[in-house]
Amino acid sequence: MKRGGLVLFSIMGLLLAWGVLEFPGLGDPSSPASSHLSPYYIQHSLTDTAVPNMVTAVLADYRGYDTMFETIVIFTAAIVCIFLLRTFKPPASRYRMYRHMATGITLRIEKGGKTPDDSEHFERIDSVWVPHDLVIRTTCRMVIPFIQVFALYVIAHGHHSPGGGFQGGVILGASVVLFAVCFDLRRTIRYLGEKMCALLCALGVLIYAGTGILCMGLQSNFLDYSALAGLFGTDPVMARSHGILIVEIGVGMAVMAVMVMLYYNLASAGRHDEGL
Amino acid sequence: MIWSIELIILFLVALFGMGALAVKDLLGAAILFGAYSFLLCLLWAIMGAVDVAFTEASVGAGISTVLIVSAVLRTTRRSED
Repeated sequence: MKRGGLVLFSIMGLLLAWGVLEFPGLGDPSSPASSHLSPYYIQHSLTDTAVPNMVTAVLADYRGYDTMFETIVIFTAAIVCIFLLRTFKPPASRYRMYRHMATGITLRIEKGGKTPDDSEHFERIDSVWVPHDLVIRTTCRMVIPFIQVFALYVIAHGHHSPGGGFQGGVILGASVVLFAVCFDLRRTIRYLGEKMCALLCALGVLIYAGTGILCMGLQSNFLDYSALAGLFGTDPVMARSHGILIVEIGVGMAVMAVMVMLYYNLASAGRHDEGL
Repeated sequence: MIWSIELIILFLVALFGMGALAVKDLLGAAILFGAYSFLLCLLWAIMGAVDVAFTEASVGAGISTVLIVSAVLRTTRRSED
């Protein structure tokens, strides 16, 4: 079985390598891709949309329909993850661990015992051993705001530099995941709850699709942002630039919430109780 | 770009990719997969696809490594095959 797999793998790999030989070279100006469509984007994207970063213009404007369904794919991933993993059964571990914060002594309290949940001298810790690390916590506390500001910059500055909704949303989600890794999952869920995440997922997709429908309502095509010129009070070219920004914000919200949701469900096996 | 650096990175991408498939320890495979994604990101940047490189760095090397590690924590650390 293993040898057969290796033979099949080698044949497929050779076929793939043989197929790649037929491809046009990197940056070949006479290849089909760069002789029909690309010249139009290169010559007209700045005058059409007033967006210097051509990739953003193509992604969110010319190919806006495609990007909308990419966002929906990510949204579907979160929904499927919830359906597959989320459970409401009580956690498998019968005991709970608490740490006395002043001395660092840990308590193990069996099921039915009196738990110091409402005491301010104890904090609940995960049942896998977690060291109390002040350096990591303080560093994360200081670093996370900068990560989040950078993520917002990536979303808002996608017109001029590499970046956009997807990357910015992932970085924003990563900052929440970093918080959950260095503190614990329960505290993170207290700040950014499951319902809030689900709402943000759906709201992001709604912003994207709603912009498209608004364009239709203003007697233009779906996702033709130049129809929004009247709303923004600008000329149609600038309206396309603003439309791209709105859509990117929607994508960023959806992607951030989806990443956080995937982390919550994967790290706690759907129980949202004890995480990584 | 200097072709020898490109060649070294390409070789390392293939090496880490095969390593991530071959290694028995799944936590090690996750780390190798992160290294693979990061080197692939360098390769995209060399080819001038900066947006793709940025996505690869944030999604491939960043968040997916965390997701794989958390999945390993909740399942098993040793691979069966």
